[in-house]
Amino acid sequence: MPFNRKPQKFNASIREVEIGVGEKAIKIGGENVFPFYTFDGDLGNTPKVGVEISDLGLDNPVPGISAYYEGCTTAAEMAKKAAEMEGADFLALSLEGGDPNGANKSVDELIAVVKEVAEAVDLPLVVEGSKNVEKDSELLPKVAEALQGKNVLILSAKEENYKAIGAAAGLAYNQKVGAESAVDINLAKQLNVVTTQLGVKPESIVMNVGTATAGYGYEYVVSTMDRIKAAALSQSDATLQMPIITPVSAETWGVKESISEEADAPEWGSREERAIAMEIETAAADLMAGSNAVILRHPQSVATIAKMIKELA
Amino acid sequence: MALNGIQIFKLTPKKNCKECGCPTCMAFSMKVAQGALELSKCPYMSQEALDSLSEATAPPMKSIKVGAGDNEYTLGGETVLYRHEKTFVSKTRYAVSVCTDMADDAAEAKLAEVSKVDYERIGEQMKVEMVYVNCGSGASADKYVELVKKAAATGRTLVLGVKDVEIAKAALEVCKDGKPVLNGADASNYAEMSKVATDAGVVLGVSGANLDELYDTVAALEKSGNKNLVLDTTGATIKETFANTVEVRRAALKNEDRTFGYPSIVNVSRLARDDRHMAQALASVFTMKYGSIVVLPGMDYADALPLYGLRQNLFTDPQKPMKVAPGVYPLNGADENSIIVTTVDFALTYFVVSGELERSGVPINLVINDAGGLSVLTSWAAGKFSSGSIAKFFKEEVEGKLKCRKMIIPGKVAVLKGDLESKLPGWEIIVAPREAVELVKFFKDMQANGEL
Ligand code: SF4
Repeated sequence: MPFNRKPQKFNASIREVEIGVGEKAIKIGGENVFPFYTFDGDLGNTPKVGVEISDLGLDNPVPGISAYYEGCTTAAEMAKKAAEMEGADFLALSLEGGDPNGANKSVDELIAVVKEVAEAVDLPLVVEGSKNVEKDSELLPKVAEALQGKNVLILSAKEENYKAIGAAAGLAYNQKVGAESAVDINLAKQLNVVTTQLGVKPESIVMNVGTATAGYGYEYVVSTMDRIKAAALSQSDATLQMPIITPVSAETWGVKESISEEADAPEWGSREERAIAMEIETAAADLMAGSNAVILRHPQSVATIAKMIKELA
Repeated sequence: MALNGIQIFKLTPKKNCKECGCPTCMAFSMKVAQGALELSKCPYMSQEALDSLSEATAPPMKSIKVGAGDNEYTLGGETVLYRHEKTFVSKTRYAVSVCTDMADDAAEAKLAEVSKVDYERIGEQMKVEMVYVNCGSGASADKYVELVKKAAATGRTLVLGVKDVEIAKAALEVCKDGKPVLNGADASNYAEMSKVATDAGVVLGVSGANLDELYDTVAALEKSGNKNLVLDTTGATIKETFANTVEVRRAALKNEDRTFGYPSIVNVSRLARDDRHMAQALASVFTMKYGSIVVLPGMDYADALPLYGLRQNLFTDPQKPMKVAPGVYPLNGADENSIIVTTVDFALTYFVVSGELERSGVPINLVINDAGGLSVLTSWAAGKFSSGSIAKFFKEEVEGKLKCRKMIIPGKVAVLKGDLESKLPGWEIIVAPREAVELVKFFKDMQANGEL
């Protein structure tokens, strides 16, 4: 008696969202099966991998990253280099220098960096804000304006500032809006609902449902994504059918496993290898839980995760 | 899955003899289905009927025990596919792989490496639990047995990857007391392998060229009476292996197909070959998706730190928050004079706060209060993180250990400052920012102002 296969077929699917323009534009989402369940049906577009660079350049980098960007003096040069990385589908520019608690760069200064980077590369662009709610309300609408016609994804609009950012990015300048919530299916849903109520088209929204590094309360990330994909597909919940992007590196490079130098933790071995492993293993888990795109930093992580996606898809 | 009255009725002798106290067999069946009567009340049930009923009411996935003594592990026994439905019960266990095809010194070096990773993380000891000993094609029994002996000396539970019946027998002679897994049965040899495993009292691993073959082999083994199995779902490619592993688990738990209701073995080492980073990615994939034993090419701290963290998170009770033990946690080389930051024992809070404090580079003693594993605001609202509880904890657990008398409290409970100052004479209470991400700047400012 052969094994009786029972594929999980759904009538609903995740929305397809396009980012970028021209030949290199990417599409994420579109699947009507659970993550990588190719044995059930069509995966739509395979998940995509982005390379993250920062307006601040390299901060406390590991040797492999320093070597990769050797000779780059401007954000545009780094962007060009990043775009050539093996496995890179898109570029993620973080404007962390805008954080008032950090370098506190002015909006004008940051917009200049954004323009410079956008001109340097033809890869689709994701722009990440300063993470400060007030600063982003001012900064991200300007980013959306400056990059008109480039079809970029703006990360991100949160509960506190979705009106300003959603309206500018999604309505006025026709970009894609990243809706960021904190590891809770109801918060994610709520933000999608109010963002669409602004008039932003559902197919212009990509969710960031919250992230964590493996080991750091990561169970909340898994369960949030598991439940969102289940609601989107098996219950056809249209308010949760947006694809998910996960900025992995911003989390994983901040934990002690990735920061501690070998001298401080000799038994742990090479800091670079630890940081790569934290990034790879967290990204792989994010993809299993349902991320349609991940943002990474190290060339090794980008190559490995891109290869893993290819093998699984 | 519970049977209904009609299904049970079909199994009764239909004598209507009333010995069970019911007027008819049908009435009896209805009561059994409701759970009001035990099946044993009818003295005329055939053994066959009893077996098929116990089969129908058995859990969807068997719990299989491997290893002995301190190294005994339970695999399987899961009831759900997603952790938010119910707690996953049996953690993924990791094995490091050695093979007769490796040079002797390489195999020995690999075995020596097995014990290197050994650390505690939130009350759990993290280490490689198993060693997978593979018998390469053409290896002699002597060569394999030698390697098995060396692997057994690590004290880890063994998984014997061997398809030759005679070699398997010889290997079990030297290691069966440790209750290894004999991962060697397939469509061609299952009858003999099953006998070898049952004679030695060990779990049998079964594989197949595809899911249909695996299914048939398991069915045949079950028919012969061996239900002490694990299923090797490793296929020729990564994609096939993922499909096999998910299909097997889903068949058992969602579709109640008990033939696949066994734990799995996934051999990442064979899929990733020499690509260590791919092995890391796949270790994560098969911890998320249904590997019971995941076989890896090696394990050092870089591999382990994210992997064991991931596993620890996945196998937690979704209803119960993860807690860290209350106490003093010195960070960045803090001593008894270093400034004190205090917060609750909710694991997520601890990780976020300790992470930011470490990033500040300032030597700090982080004091974790017993707040019932709740977040700052929740525990405060529940009365579990109050000026009274903090003052008591500091008097009993902190004042004797630390000399510094400056305490930084979470910004979200700034209201506690006045009360704490009156309850803890001699202490200076400082209020931190509301969000953990602002801590690094907060400490930089304190440093700049000479307050540290
Ligand atoms: S004892 Fe058994 S056979 Fe007799 S009536 Fe009850 S169920 Fe039927």
